[in-house]
Amino acid sequence: MPLQNHEEIFQKKVDREVRIEPRDWMPDQYRKTLIRQISQHAHSEIVGMLPEGNWITRAPSLRRKATLIAKVQDEAGHGLYLYSAAETLGITRDEMIRQLHVGKAKYSSIFNYPTPSWADMGAIGWLVDGAAIMNQVPLCRASYGPYSRAMIRICKEESFHQRQGFEILLTLSTGSDAQRQMCQDAIDRWWWPSIMMFGPNDDSSPNTAQSMKWKIKRFTNDELRQRFVDICAEQVKILGMNLPDPELKWNQERGHFDFGPINWDEFWNVVNGNGPCNKERLEARVKAHEDGAWVREAAVAYANKRKTDPRQATAPSSSHFEAGQSLLK
Amino acid sequence: MTPNQPINISTNQLFNYTLHLADNNLILGHRNSEWTGHGPVLEQDIALSNIALDLVGQARNFYQYAAQLKNDGSTEDTFAYLRDANEFKNVLLVEQSNGDWGKTILRQFLFSVYQYYLYQQLEKCSDRTIASITEKALKEITYHIRWSSEWVIRLGDGTIESHARMNNALHELSEFTDELFIPASYEIEIARQGIMVDPVFINARWREKVEAILREATLPFLSEDNNKQSLSGKEGQHTENLIHILSEMQSLQRAYPGCEW
Ligand SMILES: [Fe+2]
Ligand SMILES: [Fe+2]
Repeated sequence: MPLQNHEEIFQKKVDREVRIEPRDWMPDQYRKTLIRQISQHAHSEIVGMLPEGNWITRAPSLRRKATLIAKVQDEAGHGLYLYSAAETLGITRDEMIRQLHVGKAKYSSIFNYPTPSWADMGAIGWLVDGAAIMNQVPLCRASYGPYSRAMIRICKEESFHQRQGFEILLTLSTGSDAQRQMCQDAIDRWWWPSIMMFGPNDDSSPNTAQSMKWKIKRFTNDELRQRFVDICAEQVKILGMNLPDPELKWNQERGHFDFGPINWDEFWNVVNGNGPCNKERLEARVKAHEDGAWVREAAVAYANKRKTDPRQATAPSSSHFEAGQSLLK
Repeated sequence: MTPNQPINISTNQLFNYTLHLADNNLILGHRNSEWTGHGPVLEQDIALSNIALDLVGQARNFYQYAAQLKNDGSTEDTFAYLRDANEFKNVLLVEQSNGDWGKTILRQFLFSVYQYYLYQQLEKCSDRTIASITEKALKEITYHIRWSSEWVIRLGDGTIESHARMNNALHELSEFTDELFIPASYEIEIARQGIMVDPVFINARWREKVEAILREATLPFLSEDNNKQSLSGKEGQHTENLIHILSEMQSLQRAYPGCEW
């Protein structure tokens, strides 16, 4: 079939909301866009474990400690689903991780900001997970089947994270003066970076039109950002705190909140590797990977031995546990 | 001690014992959670975090019971966040540094097997709360043993490097295994009351299981006379590791006393 027909059939399927599956024909650029977007998203989940992981050992109550471990562990799971989704497009997880480690692949810049206070666990949940949900809910209907299915699982957990984060802030907001101050300070630091999570303004986002035609994207960056601002501007009142934007104001005519200009210099500066923690975050990932090399090698060596070791020919390789189990009885 | 001891002494020993069980779980869970986000491979990062979560959950159940026994307004967090190191009753094994992945795995394995046989007894004990907490925990521990023993075997019988690392880990940790079976004063007391058996009772089974896995992992057996450790974590005598753990863990509660979090 000529390429043009393929493209036509493909676009018709997309238009009719039929999911594209791994073995279906797809334009090269569609595949590339998805690999870039999904792997970037996967990396964000994994790097995103670090700023919050910081506080697991210092969580101020056992309940908070348990929830935080569970949350960070969820993010690892999200990374896993997304790497698997990307692998269906013909790239390996090893290759994606290599690209992350050499700085070729990006991850969400938000995780390059530091988490100096406990309140950051609340602000991240409320604002960062909140912005992520805003971006991700439409992705549950993304045209690529494995991506959309991964996003459905992820979104369920993200909304849980957001509520937990908000609840952390709510507790602080009714606490001591020091706690209230901690709460406001975290909101002040996370607000603008969260707003930036939606990416550049529509007029400087050249790929948006194509992504929308392919139904990878459903809404523009600015549409999603506005929706996020509208929601947060109301929720912050429950906390009795302020969003750090003097221009934030309800606009009756537009039916939306107006907000002040975004500092895009800061945004690009962090994207390009000069944020407060870019170096630490990447170093931590690389270190974990390098420190774990001997473990991965040993696992492979052991699996290979099991395949070739004649002693094992009669025993299924999953027998340790059964052997262990019978010893335990 | 007279047979007609006042009720508060026996409650006190049960209270100490409950804290001991809780502290073991909390400190090991805390140590494991230091790995979250830094594991050698994503799936195993998740697995170890999951074990950390199970252990913290078990610790909370025991602390909540301890709070009930004490009945003075103490909560699970009072015990975890407002006691000093010399009041912690965890065994030294669980507070040892993570070291490399191999040491962490081995520490988990040695402890999980101990916990398994211990809880098998506790599940049948005369204290109904402890029996029900341990019964539920046993399901989780069964998985912990499975996961950690598979890794002990894989790493022991993997590459030359992994074998050497496991050997080192074994060397480092075997110093702390005898303590598991040396009864603390409160263990002797509650054994006397028939709530719990003497831990010596499970020593042989523990050794049998551990040696079976070590054999499969092509690792040497633990020698019988490696008890060079003179401290007793169970009695509140700890290595410096615990001081560091607590100063980190308790930092917020100590810096902002009396706050809700
Ligand atoms: Fe996530
Ligand atoms: Fe999340």
